[in-house]
Amino acid sequence: MSTERYSPPGQFKWRSAALHIVLIIGSLIMLLPFFWMLSTSLKEPNEIFTYPPTWIPETLAWKNYQDALTAMPFDRFYFNSLFVAAAVMIIQVFTSSLAAFAFARLRFKGRDTIFLIYLAALMIPFPVLLIPNFIIVVNLDWYNTYWALIIPPAFSAFSTFLLRQHFKTLPMDLDEAARMDGASALRIWWNIIMPMSKTAIAAISIFIFLNTWNDFLWPLVVTNSEEMRTVPVGLNSFQGQYNVRWNLLMAAAVVAMLPVLIVYAFAQKWFIRGIAISGMGGR
Amino acid sequence: MSTKTQDIQTSTLTNTIRQSAFGRWLGLDRWNPQQQSVAYLFLLPSLLGFLLFVILPALGSLALSFFEWKLTNTPTYVGLDNYVDLLTKDPIFPLVLGNTIFYVFAIVPMQLIIGLLMAVALNTGLRGLGIYRVIYFMPVVTNVVAAAMVFQWLFNQDFGLVSSWVWQFADATGWNVQPPNWLADPFWSKPTVAVLTVWKNVGFTMVIYLAGLQGIPEELYEAARVDGANAWNRFRNITIPLVSPTTFFLLIIQMIGAFQLFAEPFVMTRVGGGEPLQATLSIVYYIYQNAFNYQKMGTAAAISWVLFGIIFVITVFQLRFQRRWVHYEVDES
Repeated sequence: MSTERYSPPGQFKWRSAALHIVLIIGSLIMLLPFFWMLSTSLKEPNEIFTYPPTWIPETLAWKNYQDALTAMPFDRFYFNSLFVAAAVMIIQVFTSSLAAFAFARLRFKGRDTIFLIYLAALMIPFPVLLIPNFIIVVNLDWYNTYWALIIPPAFSAFSTFLLRQHFKTLPMDLDEAARMDGASALRIWWNIIMPMSKTAIAAISIFIFLNTWNDFLWPLVVTNSEEMRTVPVGLNSFQGQYNVRWNLLMAAAVVAMLPVLIVYAFAQKWFIRGIAISGMGGR
Repeated sequence: MSTKTQDIQTSTLTNTIRQSAFGRWLGLDRWNPQQQSVAYLFLLPSLLGFLLFVILPALGSLALSFFEWKLTNTPTYVGLDNYVDLLTKDPIFPLVLGNTIFYVFAIVPMQLIIGLLMAVALNTGLRGLGIYRVIYFMPVVTNVVAAAMVFQWLFNQDFGLVSSWVWQFADATGWNVQPPNWLADPFWSKPTVAVLTVWKNVGFTMVIYLAGLQGIPEELYEAARVDGANAWNRFRNITIPLVSPTTFFLLIIQMIGAFQLFAEPFVMTRVGGGEPLQATLSIVYYIYQNAFNYQKMGTAAAISWVLFGIIFVITVFQLRFQRRWVHYEVDES
């Protein structure tokens, strides 16, 4: 949407320069915490406490990373986070798309009532479910296991709703034609509806993955041993133990952020689209 | 689209399932749209999880809120006592409620205003603006615990970057200003937590606004320009009203989110002395404390239902009064 395209050429350039300056200042403000984190993570302990603070460390103390990474099993935290986020994503996409297919394209008794209950459940804030879910997990003997980290978050009325809305937009003739050819419902779901919803599935997958990857409250509540911690929970306990060693804390923060930021740098379009589409409820 | 080989493989697989005794029992071999069992089968995995981890816990937490339970003893029914105690006896709960309302009123308008301004700036159609969108959105994909640690350090009273600016300002002007203990000070700690939250989430409101702005027809701006409307008037009279459905949507979901703030105050103010806990404690933080520090499960459940009640009432209220300011285009087709 170009509102500037019709301005006279001379004015155009001046305005564009002014806009860029404002946007660059905005960028610096948004990036400042990242710079400060990176700078501190490479400082020697004495340089952290100098005034005025320096942006470029005098000597690059790469050892901070080594110290931070050996102080706690960050590789294990990473594995846990990756495994849990991937598992939640796969299970949630799978179960939600099956249910969404039923809601959107099949007829059965009680469909609208059940869907209404799903919709109503969207309004329940997670903290309401936190304590009973914790009790359920303890009673299932899942406390401090991958089961606890994966299974309860793997069911979402939201994903079901989102995919149902999307499946509704595809023409019904597709199912009819396939059915004439003798395709089963399972076949229609997997070979027709799913491939035609690639964008929506990708968007919601990214959304689920990132939400699970960054989730803090649930993994904090259901884990207690070091080897079961995800990155955010591990980082939180690291902070508790090393609370004034800012260079180590910032090195750990960099380690926690960097891989996601690298993936983001290469796939930013998908991240933004995925979160925007999911965030808007699929509109 | 799937390739031929994939097609054959899947079809063999589904056929095998369909023709198996199990498949025949389910009616998969002679499926038709009226075949309800198939539909229930599709729904089953999701529904089981939904019942066990959403519906059961929702009912469970409502029931729990009428009991006193410390996890180890047998729960005793106390009627409405948990709620009555919270609202009349608990000295901390009113503070927690006040803090949370502060967060909502500080965070939501900031996110909407800054997000809209960013989106308008990026929606001018100039070349090379994509990079700014990527940068502004960056904090959204970062881990909240790591981000909170960085802000804790930025706002460290003695050695943080922000404090150093205050000192530099004092040196330059000769005024005797001291940086406050940002994270422990009863006045400053909440705004500091709000700054982190706005920084972290404003990229999200920006992209949603960008999508909303795409829907405003260019002709409207053209017509306004012909009529001599300046940039401010166009923004005020075209952009703001026409983007109001987006604003409304963001207002609702951001408010719901801000009422549930937890990780930000938890990570930023729990460690590092000062213990400003009552100044930064949010509702969800207080739920966490009651449940997992004091083992007061009933009280924690009751707080969560008070939270639900507040969110519900405010959302209904907003839906009710949206007509007064949300501009929906008349569908002429």
